[in-house]
Amino acid sequence: MRIDWKSYNPGDFYDEVISTPAYPRKTARILARYLASLSSEELQLRKSSAELAIKTMGISFTVYSEAGNIDREWPFDIIPRIISETQWRETSKGLEQRLRALNCFIHDIYNDQKILKDKVVPAELLADSVNFRKECIGMKPAFNVWANICGTDLIRDKDGKFYVLEDNLRVPSGVSYMLENRKVTKRVFPELFENYNIQPITEYPSQLFDMLAAISPRPLDYPEIVVLTPGIYNSAYFEHSFLAQQMGVELVEGSDLVVENDCVYMRTINGLARVDVIYRRIDDMFLDPEAFYKDSTLGVPGLMRAWLKGNVALANAPGAGVADDKVIYTFVPAMIKYYLGEEPLLPNVPSYLCIDDKQLKFVLDNLDKLVVKPANESGGYGMLMGPQASVKERAEFALKIKANPRNYMAQPLISLSTAPVLVDRGAEPRHIDLRPFILQGRNCYVTPGGLTRVAMVKGSYIVNSSQGGGSKDTWIVSDGGI
Amino acid sequence: MGVSKMLSRVGERIYWLSRYLERAENSARLMNVYSSLLFDLPRGTRIGWHTLVEITGSHNDFDEKFQTTDERSVIRFLLSDTRNPVSILSSLEMARENARTTREVIPAEAWEQINNLYLYTLENAGKGISRGPRNQLLQQIIAYCQQLTGLLAGAMSHNSAYNFIRLGRNLERADMTTRIVDVGSVSLLPTLQAQGAPSEPIIEPYENIIWMNVLRSLSAYQMYRQHVYDRVNGEDVVTFLLQDKQLPRSVIHCLSRLEFCLQKLPGNENARRQVSKAQEMVSTANVPALLQKGLLEFIDELQVEIGEIHGRIAEAWFLPVVSNMQRQEQTQGDASAQVESKNISSALV
Repeated sequence: MRIDWKSYNPGDFYDEVISTPAYPRKTARILARYLASLSSEELQLRKSSAELAIKTMGISFTVYSEAGNIDREWPFDIIPRIISETQWRETSKGLEQRLRALNCFIHDIYNDQKILKDKVVPAELLADSVNFRKECIGMKPAFNVWANICGTDLIRDKDGKFYVLEDNLRVPSGVSYMLENRKVTKRVFPELFENYNIQPITEYPSQLFDMLAAISPRPLDYPEIVVLTPGIYNSAYFEHSFLAQQMGVELVEGSDLVVENDCVYMRTINGLARVDVIYRRIDDMFLDPEAFYKDSTLGVPGLMRAWLKGNVALANAPGAGVADDKVIYTFVPAMIKYYLGEEPLLPNVPSYLCIDDKQLKFVLDNLDKLVVKPANESGGYGMLMGPQASVKERAEFALKIKANPRNYMAQPLISLSTAPVLVDRGAEPRHIDLRPFILQGRNCYVTPGGLTRVAMVKGSYIVNSSQGGGSKDTWIVSDGGI
Repeated sequence: MGVSKMLSRVGERIYWLSRYLERAENSARLMNVYSSLLFDLPRGTRIGWHTLVEITGSHNDFDEKFQTTDERSVIRFLLSDTRNPVSILSSLEMARENARTTREVIPAEAWEQINNLYLYTLENAGKGISRGPRNQLLQQIIAYCQQLTGLLAGAMSHNSAYNFIRLGRNLERADMTTRIVDVGSVSLLPTLQAQGAPSEPIIEPYENIIWMNVLRSLSAYQMYRQHVYDRVNGEDVVTFLLQDKQLPRSVIHCLSRLEFCLQKLPGNENARRQVSKAQEMVSTANVPALLQKGLLEFIDELQVEIGEIHGRIAEAWFLPVVSNMQRQEQTQGDASAQVESKNISSALV
């Protein structure tokens, strides 16, 4: 499995390591040379030591299937992905700008709705939004911020520029894998850390803790913060537990909490203890059976009451998902101009809205060239990959779009960039994306890099771990590499 | 720092984590010693492998699933059968599950160690069916558990979470010691006695072997020799295992550890009262008289009292039963919760 860069061919995609055949990019030069110097045995050894580390560290995720829930080891490729500091600085500013604008939008929507009155965003979009929560109208969370934690998916097109694919504002996951990937890489390639100046990412849990402490409704030195999980069969349970452990806070399930006199308490061995901030990893509709799904046992009866009274902080705030909608997404550049008076630093992927008749016609006429996405699904479910779909699949999908145009948007097939992945024969290019995590409380924080997700199947664009995707450690390095 | 608070659910899981680990270790010890005991007894004695199933209190389960009580069936059932909720592999699976769901409170190294122990056993349990590799496998499991005990003692703050670990360990340990005493004095000896003719009791040369092995299963043989100068005999062994204050696996020692940990927890009155009751019962027991008559009943009663201690602990600190049931429904038949409740009944009543 020796790596020979001469036989590595990314075709006409943007490759993160190799710019022209056999010629590595400046920041990746040391990495490329180092990898090529390793013998087949040595590469194999590194690969199996990574697998062993993942197994013993118990880094896993859960897959839903008909045969029951399976706890799987986290799929990881040992070759790190490298991004230059200069490029990252700009990207990072763009991400922060975007989240600030999105939070202005959410706050506006639940309060004055100026953006609708000014017709920058069509009001009918809101009327049909499944993530709009009327219960939240008039609410003013701390710092007027609703989405405190955001995971934004970025891709690079052929030109090497970053584009925003979507913003995850409900309960974005993946940050624990970003952190664990770095730990595994340190075990596997300690030599490389001598030659690169890599921005550390370990700060995230303390940044998250500080943000959560800052939104506490009670002015205490030590607010009681908890992570609320749906339980061990949730696909991201590992992450919930990991973050609680890293922050040194309690990991709770719905049954551990109780609401009395509109305040939230947890059941401890010393009796009830008041809770100030809940980092909830449960979807809105399961949060509180009194307010939403009546038969949900995952949530806490009365939680919404407590939140609306201002006695507990919820991150992310209920209703924040109103901006996590692939149709609303197309208006983010307009929001940035409207609320911040700034030019967007990070572009969207060009998109077509099916709610607009002209654009709908274009979408239906060009289904074989487009990717069509439903407004509110996540994890890559429910979408049509036009170029790969059969005639029959496209015809069926066209009917779905016509039945509910508000629910769909389309984008040209973006050529996701590639990065080398270790396979049996050596290194081969695979498509990747990037999910950085952005925090907003009193201040903003952007992770240096993020979680790089990899479509492990040759030619595939599907990077979701629930559908066979893998991941890579992501390095932000100073330019010149050293 | 803020005052550390401990969730009832976490307390419960960590307590069970510790019980399952202790149970796995005890089962490994027991199987190891039992194998060596059987090799020492004459061929044809009617002490069979089934006794081992009886000690773990799972004979009903076993009898439903197996027609024969040969070595292979028994060992498979107790070692690697995941349908048996008290097999070593099941216990370790539950321990791992409880550890996985309390990772935020136990040291990261401890989680890695528990995970490794489970993965090792999962991979190697099949090999343990035959006699050759069995000894090594069981020794390895015991060693892992011992390392873990040391790791927790050395790396974890001796806080409430640690107290729940110690509670689980000592309760399980006390229970296992009563079972082993039970086996030695109630199951094995009378069976042997019944086989010899009254004039020529078969028991004589083997009584010593049996008691030595009983002691060995609790790592207590050497300590016994240092402590009791007399030759190994039933009366001294039972007294030692029930009443010796310094032996870490004696019932009275485990009970005093329970008392020590309970003192540090809030709202401990009922649980402490129950421990005192059991302590009183053990320390005032007249072992020579019981060996003549009534040991079986005494052990049964003692096991009930120990079961009651668990009951008081659960009432005082764990989530109310109602919410436990809800939790089971919500996680679609949470396997761990079901097996937990099953274990309470099979192991303690």
